[in-house]
Amino acid sequence: MIRRLAARLFVAASAFAAAGVPLHASAQSTELVIALSAPLSSMDPHFHNLTPNNGLSKHVFENLIQTDEFQNLRPGLAESWKAVNDTTWEFKLRRGVKWHDGSEFTAEDVLATFKRAPEVPNSPASFALFVKPIIDVKAPDPHTLVMKTAAAHPLLPRDMTSVQIIHRSMVAAKTEDFNSGKAMIGTGPFRFVEYKPGDRVVLARNDTYWGPKPAWSRVQFRMITNSAARVAALLSGDVQMIENVPTADMEKIARDPNLTVKSAVSNRIIYLHMDSGREKNSPFVRTKDGKPMEANPLRDVRVRRAISKSINRDAIVERVMEKQAVPAGQFLAETFFGTSKKLPPEKFDPEGAKKLLADAGYPNGFQLTLHAPNNRYVNDEKIAQAVAQFLTRVGIDTKLETMPSNIFFSRGSKLEFSFLLAGWGSESGDTSSPLRALVGTFDTAQGLGSANRGRFSSAGLDAMITTAMTQLDDTKRGMLLAAASEKAMAEQGIVPLHYEVSAWAARKGLAYQARADQYTFAFDVRPAK
Amino acid sequence: MLVYILRRLAQTVLVLIVTSVLVFVGIFLVGDPVEMLVNPQADQIEKDRARAALGLDKPMWAQYGLFLKNALSGDLGNSFVYGEPALRVILDRMPATLELAVLAMVIAIVIGIPLGLYAGLKPESRMAKAIMAGSIVGFSLPTFWVGLLLIMLFAVQLGWLPSTGRGPTVEFLGAKLSILHWDGLKHALLPAINLALFKLSLIIRLTRAQVRENVLLDYIKFARAKGLTRNRVLGVHLLKNIMIPLVTVIGLELGSVIAFAIVTESIFAWPGMGKLVIDSIFQLDRPVVVAYLMITVLMFIGINLVVDILYSVLDPRVRLESAQV
Repeated sequence: MIRRLAARLFVAASAFAAAGVPLHASAQSTELVIALSAPLSSMDPHFHNLTPNNGLSKHVFENLIQTDEFQNLRPGLAESWKAVNDTTWEFKLRRGVKWHDGSEFTAEDVLATFKRAPEVPNSPASFALFVKPIIDVKAPDPHTLVMKTAAAHPLLPRDMTSVQIIHRSMVAAKTEDFNSGKAMIGTGPFRFVEYKPGDRVVLARNDTYWGPKPAWSRVQFRMITNSAARVAALLSGDVQMIENVPTADMEKIARDPNLTVKSAVSNRIIYLHMDSGREKNSPFVRTKDGKPMEANPLRDVRVRRAISKSINRDAIVERVMEKQAVPAGQFLAETFFGTSKKLPPEKFDPEGAKKLLADAGYPNGFQLTLHAPNNRYVNDEKIAQAVAQFLTRVGIDTKLETMPSNIFFSRGSKLEFSFLLAGWGSESGDTSSPLRALVGTFDTAQGLGSANRGRFSSAGLDAMITTAMTQLDDTKRGMLLAAASEKAMAEQGIVPLHYEVSAWAARKGLAYQARADQYTFAFDVRPAK
Repeated sequence: MLVYILRRLAQTVLVLIVTSVLVFVGIFLVGDPVEMLVNPQADQIEKDRARAALGLDKPMWAQYGLFLKNALSGDLGNSFVYGEPALRVILDRMPATLELAVLAMVIAIVIGIPLGLYAGLKPESRMAKAIMAGSIVGFSLPTFWVGLLLIMLFAVQLGWLPSTGRGPTVEFLGAKLSILHWDGLKHALLPAINLALFKLSLIIRLTRAQVRENVLLDYIKFARAKGLTRNRVLGVHLLKNIMIPLVTVIGLELGSVIAFAIVTESIFAWPGMGKLVIDSIFQLDRPVVVAYLMITVLMFIGINLVVDILYSVLDPRVRLESAQV
């Protein structure tokens, strides 16, 4: 809350400062200072699967397969890969790649990585997820890998974009060894110099890098979690680039002649989940006069569609998000893999919503409580307020209850809510992850529905998802996933609101390629020509 | 004296146990750390693995029992988030917070006491009125707003001082301190001023009130009548007598500056304990929260003890043996 208040006050405080901002740092110097918005928890690339950790790690370590700014796959330490049959994959490794200590990169390093990644002690969020499907891996020669999976697993190449490859001698390295720098031997464009927890990470250019050389001889990442302070650090020239530009300061920064802004539609969708699991007595559904309601109207697809129609997404994007979002009609923006071209955002149609409610047998509506986090997503509390008002206007009297995310997610996973607002970032960059996690029928054995807090269930959709997940042909799988997305939206398993836009701001004279996966990469920052 | 300290120690142990129970129950009620820690893409198997790895699969009383057992041997558990001993995670950041707190208190005392003295001795002067008005502003403005204003003025507009962060450090008695380095001191100045502002106002007002009360007392009149110089009356007789309440307040305030510098630390991106504990609470990193509160409790008790001993030095009438705390 303090952060948000501070951001608001910052706008007021900086109104008089907007005139004439001095430029201290010259963009020509070869040191780049970047402010990150979230603290890192470790340097160990396999300890904690957390976006800020992974982002930094990818400067020093590399993956077999990398992703471009739209999260499409491109060769990394592997030059090529192919499925030999349904359960066998062959990877050809890049030759002539040198580790920071001078030794040569070979298949043995990958084997060591696969051994260590799932077994890091005390890991709060492990990388086992990505290695587990591989039941056997062999290296017929130093630059070839053959991986076997138990069943057809088309996501294997995507999994490989998440596992950072470490040096073979570090197979038994402890998390502390990475934090101290001892084990920070990678193949990436930067070498590790220093890590001060909660403060900064310093990297230096790797002059023997196999790929394009970074423009900076030295890079400092500073962790400035307070968004107003991050903007101030940019304005004062203490840092040359910041990530996660607060929406409130966006317009002012965009107008500043000394600064540039880059933004990209992210892989995170903000959505509503409705309790469509309980047949009756959903905890926060009440009749119009506030009495407990036995029937659960949220099970009726017409009611869920009415909810979707009653929301003016353009207004939320324009007013609440200050245009730093894009109205959503499916799980991911159309630029991503597995999305449908036939799913524009639902049109704002309060009359249509009232009619659907009447058809479903609720001409006078009912009462509902919307639960939302208040410190997790950009403007989450304000979005929830807007949604509650839109619903109240069509007759669903909606109360709002917000709470810190640490309480929200625990209660949500215990199914204590009837109607909730949440977000989902598809780290893999395709629709398989939200389809499986958000609208797949909850089933721990199959790993489906792990974040399905509305317990939406459709046997038809489950079958479509499962079929897609065994299709190795990318084009066919893309079409299957698109069809599954269409079905999920037709049945309104979730109500999509918008895709968040991530924004970076930098001093004039720096060019940056904004990314969908929210990573901030120093090697993608170059002096503008 | 020894009996007094022993009694204090027994009380300390009791307070520590109560604190740890409260934090355990509190975090248990707030939510499930695993929900905060695991990657959202993780399935149930991965959640169960994380729960077991962090020892959260056992019932709460068993977790607490294990904590007590380890705590007796000085191990407060591993941080869920950092995977390192919670105590080390905190102690690593302690010098940053301590140096900021000490610098802030030094600023508050060095400026506050003279201004308070002046305002107390010449209450009708314009200067004194300006000081008092300023002190009201000083403790009624919210810290985070003043902090942002300081950044906007001194870092963005004038460009005299760096906006955020901690500067280079110098190794001193095993601790890495930044205020001994010129550039480091420049980094510390703005957050220290921000932190000092409230304490400064408090000290000004307290000093003034004490001075106003004491100058009317007989011992001051007597000292003057005896023909002592003005400086001696003020510097020795008056100052020594007004110090007693000041020492109490300064002691407790030092404690609160160290323990609760959270707002200032997050605005100035100062890598201290305050920022750590706020993040830890959000992520339900229980070992860090427990260890932090243990350290805080110990620190407050320690400071109180020092304050009590200072009393007896400043005022011979106070005897520690009879003190009831």
